[in-house]
Amino acid sequence: MDKLRLRFEKTGRAIYISHLDLMTTMQRAFARAGLELKYSEGFNPHPLISILLPLSVGTASRCELMDFRLREDTDLMTLPEKLTAVLPEGIRVTEAYPSERKSAQLKWLDVSGMFEYDRGAPETGALAAFFDRPEIVIEKKTKRGMGLSDIRPAIERIAFCTEGGSILVRARISAQEPTLNPDLLAAALRQLQPELAPDFAEFTRLETYDSEMQIYR
Amino acid sequence: MPTVPLTTAMSITITTTRMDKRLKRILPRVQKPARYTGGEYNQILKKKDEVDLRLAFCFPDTYEIGMSNLGLAILYHTMNSLPFVWCERVFAPWGDMYDEMKRAGIPLYALESGDPVSEFDSIAFSIGYEMAYTTVLDMLDMAGLPLRTEDRPELLPLVWAGGTAGVNAEPMAPFIDLFVIGEGEEVNNELLTLLRQAKLEGWDKQCFLRAAAQIGGVYVPSLYEVSYREDGNIQAVTPTDGAPARVKKRIISNLDAVPFPTSPIVPSTEVVHDRVSLELFRGCVRGCRFCQAGHVYRPIRAKKKDTLVQQGIEALKNTGYQELTLLSLSTSDYRELPALCDGLLDYCEERSIGLSLPSLRADNFSMEIMQRLQKVRKSGLTFAVEGGSQRLRDCINKNVTEEDLLHTCSIAFAGGWNNVKLYYMLGLPTETDEDILGIAEMANQVLHCWRLNAKNKNRGVKITVSTSCFIPKPHSPFQWEAQISIDEYRRRVNLLRNAITAKNVTYNWHDAETSLIEAVLSKGDRRVADAIELVFRRGGRLDAWTDYFSFQRWMEAFRDCGIDPAFYANREIPTDAVLPWDHIDVGVRKTHLLRERARAYRAELSPDCRKQCSACGAAGLLTEGRCDG
Repeated sequence: MDKLRLRFEKTGRAIYISHLDLMTTMQRAFARAGLELKYSEGFNPHPLISILLPLSVGTASRCELMDFRLREDTDLMTLPEKLTAVLPEGIRVTEAYPSERKSAQLKWLDVSGMFEYDRGAPETGALAAFFDRPEIVIEKKTKRGMGLSDIRPAIERIAFCTEGGSILVRARISAQEPTLNPDLLAAALRQLQPELAPDFAEFTRLETYDSEMQIYR
Repeated sequence: MPTVPLTTAMSITITTTRMDKRLKRILPRVQKPARYTGGEYNQILKKKDEVDLRLAFCFPDTYEIGMSNLGLAILYHTMNSLPFVWCERVFAPWGDMYDEMKRAGIPLYALESGDPVSEFDSIAFSIGYEMAYTTVLDMLDMAGLPLRTEDRPELLPLVWAGGTAGVNAEPMAPFIDLFVIGEGEEVNNELLTLLRQAKLEGWDKQCFLRAAAQIGGVYVPSLYEVSYREDGNIQAVTPTDGAPARVKKRIISNLDAVPFPTSPIVPSTEVVHDRVSLELFRGCVRGCRFCQAGHVYRPIRAKKKDTLVQQGIEALKNTGYQELTLLSLSTSDYRELPALCDGLLDYCEERSIGLSLPSLRADNFSMEIMQRLQKVRKSGLTFAVEGGSQRLRDCINKNVTEEDLLHTCSIAFAGGWNNVKLYYMLGLPTETDEDILGIAEMANQVLHCWRLNAKNKNRGVKITVSTSCFIPKPHSPFQWEAQISIDEYRRRVNLLRNAITAKNVTYNWHDAETSLIEAVLSKGDRRVADAIELVFRRGGRLDAWTDYFSFQRWMEAFRDCGIDPAFYANREIPTDAVLPWDHIDVGVRKTHLLRERARAYRAELSPDCRKQCSACGAAGLLTEGRCDG
């Protein structure tokens, strides 16, 4: 079968499965479901699967996308259920369809986050003001060691509201070119305005968009 | 055995445990957090209020090691087949996670439910090797339990253990309420059934232990009094309260009939042996005189080829693994090996599933099997030669000749292999410098053989010689032998090092310090327990890892406890002495071990069990069928 795409969730205990381990897990799940993945040609054949946006360990997602090819035609309607039945706790396939769009067209991500504060949450206004700055230059890991980078252009919008003793964050951030790891939203506070920084932050990817802000599938 | 449908991961939504909040904060900071979360495919979940007994099945090493252990997978499956038991897994955290857990005040917890181990009714350890002893204590401590059995007066949680280390359980006797000796598939469930009764009827611990000691294969150390002579040897081991004078090892007579997990847990993160494992047979026909496994796992019982093919295919389907391996002490001695390989390869080849056969012997390594395997995957060849001269190999009854080895190598080199590993032991009884130099000579012969036979010399060849220090082991014919001193081992290593000159031959040697400690622990008695505890109190854990092992800590602990390690490791024990493990009956008679030892000193081979039964006694353990030796 031609290029196919899988949409799946990774939540709960599964958020600690690393990107590489997830590839292995997916490969084994296909085998368990009796679906034969197409392999690359060559000396060291590997299954043709690729996850569009690698997810960092500890971040949940409701909108993961994975491209794959099968050796034989299969019913795409029943495929999500079949695969979910043989996946570890926390991974749930929601959709399978022929993929037409190039992965490079995926541009924006909606994320939600929870900022936990052990000694009381700050005013949401203060947080909003921080991210409203014209530039947010932070130190972050790059391919060539630590470097300075302005993450502000990678934040399309961000909003905060109080929930319990914590603060709920909603943001639309750049998924690719540049990629913004949502953890950097909390890291920015730690570096530039530590009194607003949460003691713990966790994020969930919610939805993928293209550069026109249309939902990307 | 009654079975219940097992609820697997998919049908249950994540139960929020009370530890979640603290755990989720530390997990992103530790290496490979997926090994601390559970939730893997095929894990077994039950409802805790629907079971009578909750069992924390503890493996005193890391997740990656424990999840590679077939015994653990088998017993997880058999114990969970009891509808009134929920058996969950517990592993020892690596250092970073250990520190984080201590800092956050998180006690040791079980992977399936996330519940603290202290809340369980029973805690069972699988102890495969002596260097795990400090980790057992560490896990008890992390669970918040007193280390010593006398400091745990209540019946629950019952702390018990099994595994190979149980063949001399004495060094751990003060810490463990009871040991299961031998294979656990049946006896564990008998024990759990009794424990359930005891819990429901409110027995006290003493009453339960006395009853448990009547189950075959159950050893309750506290029911045995040990007295010592002035020379340090044991005077007597006296059973009390009706406990049997000798505890006889349990075995499974019919391996085809015993449950085997064809839906094992598939880890969501990489582990050491990430594949389907099939056990061909238990026991060994060879009788190498240094080998504990070859004696304590007797008699020989094979699984039928058809059982194995069916279980292998089922397990591959249920796990999605891309590799299958055949386990046993000596794969080539499986009678139906060619037919088994054919049966499995028929399934594996068209699915690109790799089949690996460890533990092949150099003497009957069949070209046909090797060539068939080659179609799928080609890995290095490893030969456990053990001794550097024919005389020494005859002494240890390692029935490999140089001719066999070179013949096998020539086939392998002609077939395109170019990576050969040769394993030896230094310090075997009767070893001379000449024997040691023979190792270097043999490596040269292998190199020469490559030059004569290699298909493509441009690719080069890699020959690796490895030596370890001989450790005399309980229940082997060499159990009375002395280990050579660390200095002497180093001298022999240097001798060999200087003799190996070819640049294609690499020499690795195992350090002697671990071997000394291992010798003390494997041949130790109850007096050694104090030192184990002291090492733990001073920070010892995960001692099987060079990252954590501290020779100095062990030597200081021995000193501070008034224990002379040389008394246990470097002393030849008189054959009339009472051995600390004499009251553990593994089936092989002491007279057989003595006879084998005498033959060793005459460099006399004993025929393998297939050629001629040596009447070692182990067949007496069988309740049906006969020994496959």
